[in-house]
Amino acid sequence: MIHKYQLGGLYIILDVNSGGVHVVDKLTYDLLDYVKPPFENNCPEEILEKLQENYSIQELQDCYQELKSLYEQKILFSNDEYEKFAKFATSAPVKAMCLHIAHDCNLRCQYCFASTGDFGTGRKLMPVEIGKKAIDFLLEKSENREQLELDFFGGEPLMNFDVVKQVVLYAREQEKKYNKHFRFTITTNGMLLNDENINFINQEMSNVVLSIDGRKCVNDKMRPTPNGKGSYDVILPKFKKLVAQRDKNLDYYVRGTFTKYNLDFSDDVFSLYQADFDQISVEPVVADSKYDYAITEEDLPAIFAEYEKLAQRLLEQDRKNQHFNFFHFMIDLNAGPCAIKRLKGCGCGNEYVAITPDGDIYPCHQFVGIEEYKMGNLEDNTFDLDMKEKFAQSHIYNKSKCRDCWAKFYCSGGCNANNYQYQGDILESHELSCELEKKRLECAIMIQAVKMLENQPISESSTAYKHC
Amino acid sequence: MKHIMTINKANLVESAKKGGCGKCQASCQSACKTSCTVANQKCEKEEK
Ligand code: SF4
Ligand code: SF4
Repeated sequence: MIHKYQLGGLYIILDVNSGGVHVVDKLTYDLLDYVKPPFENNCPEEILEKLQENYSIQELQDCYQELKSLYEQKILFSNDEYEKFAKFATSAPVKAMCLHIAHDCNLRCQYCFASTGDFGTGRKLMPVEIGKKAIDFLLEKSENREQLELDFFGGEPLMNFDVVKQVVLYAREQEKKYNKHFRFTITTNGMLLNDENINFINQEMSNVVLSIDGRKCVNDKMRPTPNGKGSYDVILPKFKKLVAQRDKNLDYYVRGTFTKYNLDFSDDVFSLYQADFDQISVEPVVADSKYDYAITEEDLPAIFAEYEKLAQRLLEQDRKNQHFNFFHFMIDLNAGPCAIKRLKGCGCGNEYVAITPDGDIYPCHQFVGIEEYKMGNLEDNTFDLDMKEKFAQSHIYNKSKCRDCWAKFYCSGGCNANNYQYQGDILESHELSCELEKKRLECAIMIQAVKMLENQPISESSTAYKHC
Repeated sequence: MKHIMTINKANLVESAKKGGCGKCQASCQSACKTSCTVANQKCEKEEK
């Protein structure tokens, strides 16, 4: 399978199964409308006939030979050889956990999927005993995995910061006994950040996600306090302080959400950059189309154009040596995770679980509160292994749309929770999310291609990157 | 090649042969959680 597209002045071909990315000229791009394996010694007559009006026979023949050579190297029209690995997609050790340390929040974000923090299950803070039990659970269920991840999530985790601290200290004690290592992350809206918790976060958390939506007007409309005031002026100086004091080798992200109200979100990305952040994520809201702010199919052309604009703006910044990372355009075309990981995606319900303040276990944070997906409870030592197996099987070869999708090895089958929420089945892809994912991926690959070409002396004879 | 330039190592097949160790970070593909999506993850196996 191949995917061909034009973007940023380039003709790009992705060979889906090998991961090969080729930049080609228009002739090749047109020829690929007709050429398919098996290859013959020379380009078939009927294909030449179709294209000879625009190209010389010699050129077409030459190009056909180039395509044939890539095919023989297995980097064009390569076979899908991974389905056999899907049989290894069985129940695996739990290695990551989302700890809902507070089902309560001090903001009233309009688009909150957690029903303003309590996930529809009542406002609650996690008691320290549950936090410790969660650590024990992860240490035990992770079997031979040494690297464990734990994300403090909410609601707003700083509303229960004492417990965050105690859980971290407990985990640090226990990890030595088990010869394992915890990597902590926290996601916060920033309202309660102060010197003490900033220090603690910068010392203990390998990643911190700081929620802010970009421009002040955008942020304050969607992220107000309970009494209706904007949060921007409160959180911005705190986020700046945290990032300024943070070790440069540790990760952080400022992350925002865009909605139908700010389809010009590249301005929000730049607003965050101008506020001195260089690790930025701004992501589409996922919401039922009944809400005014929800993104719907009719918004896609505008969003696609905006992603393209953002990609160009990022490239311009790069040329000025003013780099910053946009999370969803990060892609490593040479390394990245192995193909087996790519079949499985998030691993929710199998390698990853979420724990509520009551000790309930769910496949992930987005399933919390959906009774039929409750997997067990820490206090009564229950854990539904059949459900775990079911989630282990939710790989791309069991998702009918993903099987034939060119984006499958980058998207890994999307979000099971969205699939359930909008399609009623964890294996049924949510099309709107797919469209957005595919567009981001096209932009991400294009950015890598442009960067590579700009840093590379281009041979005189090559016509492959004359802009279209 | 005159018409085509390959810009990466195209090594998904190789990665599968040596892969599957499970040491890598968990990822979340969802828009709601910026932890990590698969495409931008690193392989954490020490010896490849
Ligand atoms: S979820 Fe959608 S975009 Fe992702 S692999 Fe499946 S069909 Fe493709
Ligand atoms: S189901 Fe969706 S929200 Fe849950 S971990 Fe997977 S990608 Fe993330």
